[in-house]
Amino acid sequence: MASVSVQEDDFDIGEEIQKLRNGRTDVGAVVTFTGTVRDVGGTLQSMTLEHYPGMTEAELERISLEAEQRWPLQGSRVIHRYGTLEPGDNIVLVVTLSKHRHAAFDAAMFLMDFLKSNAPFWKKEQTGETASWVDARETDETALKRWQD
Amino acid sequence: MIIKYFSWIREGVGKNEEDIGLPDGVSTVSNLLDHLCEKSAEHSRVLKERVFVRVAVNQTHVDHDHPVTDGDEVAIFPPVTGG
Repeated sequence: MASVSVQEDDFDIGEEIQKLRNGRTDVGAVVTFTGTVRDVGGTLQSMTLEHYPGMTEAELERISLEAEQRWPLQGSRVIHRYGTLEPGDNIVLVVTLSKHRHAAFDAAMFLMDFLKSNAPFWKKEQTGETASWVDARETDETALKRWQD
Repeated sequence: MIIKYFSWIREGVGKNEEDIGLPDGVSTVSNLLDHLCEKSAEHSRVLKERVFVRVAVNQTHVDHDHPVTDGDEVAIFPPVTGG
């Protein structure tokens, strides 16, 4: 039921929802989260995402299975891009399907929180002549802790 | 064992991966990191601050006290920043 992809190509949110629903009518809630390349100061030229092929897919599958064990989901989809992206480009998509909204919302947030702290991706930002690796945020670790009880 | 490096640790070491035999006296991730720090100044510069060093053994996140054996795929990288 869980489906994960790690790809260079962009994704189409509508298409992914349609594929996940696959014509079924017992779904009551579809939640999507899309993460995009942010350029707050107007100086970011591009962002390059490096990942660990093999482990990335394995880790996203582990996280998706964990979400399915915690909530009554009718389907889930995680797509994470790698390679060089520009401001405004899509980075990550999470879709969750459930009969009721709470499970779909919570599972989507759980998937993103775990992905941020566990999926082996590293972002490098190019601004002008300077390329620098993005620092990990402590708030991501804090976000993870709320699911650990 | 195969050792893979990612992100600024990969850049600091100057290689994507290296194949080394299990050194004498190395039985944990922590021992392995100590051994690698002795290999070169480049290794030492990016691996000595252990708080920034994350490790996966056979594609699973592990703590630094996790055992390592010859034939393991060990990946060394900074905290992840995807999503």
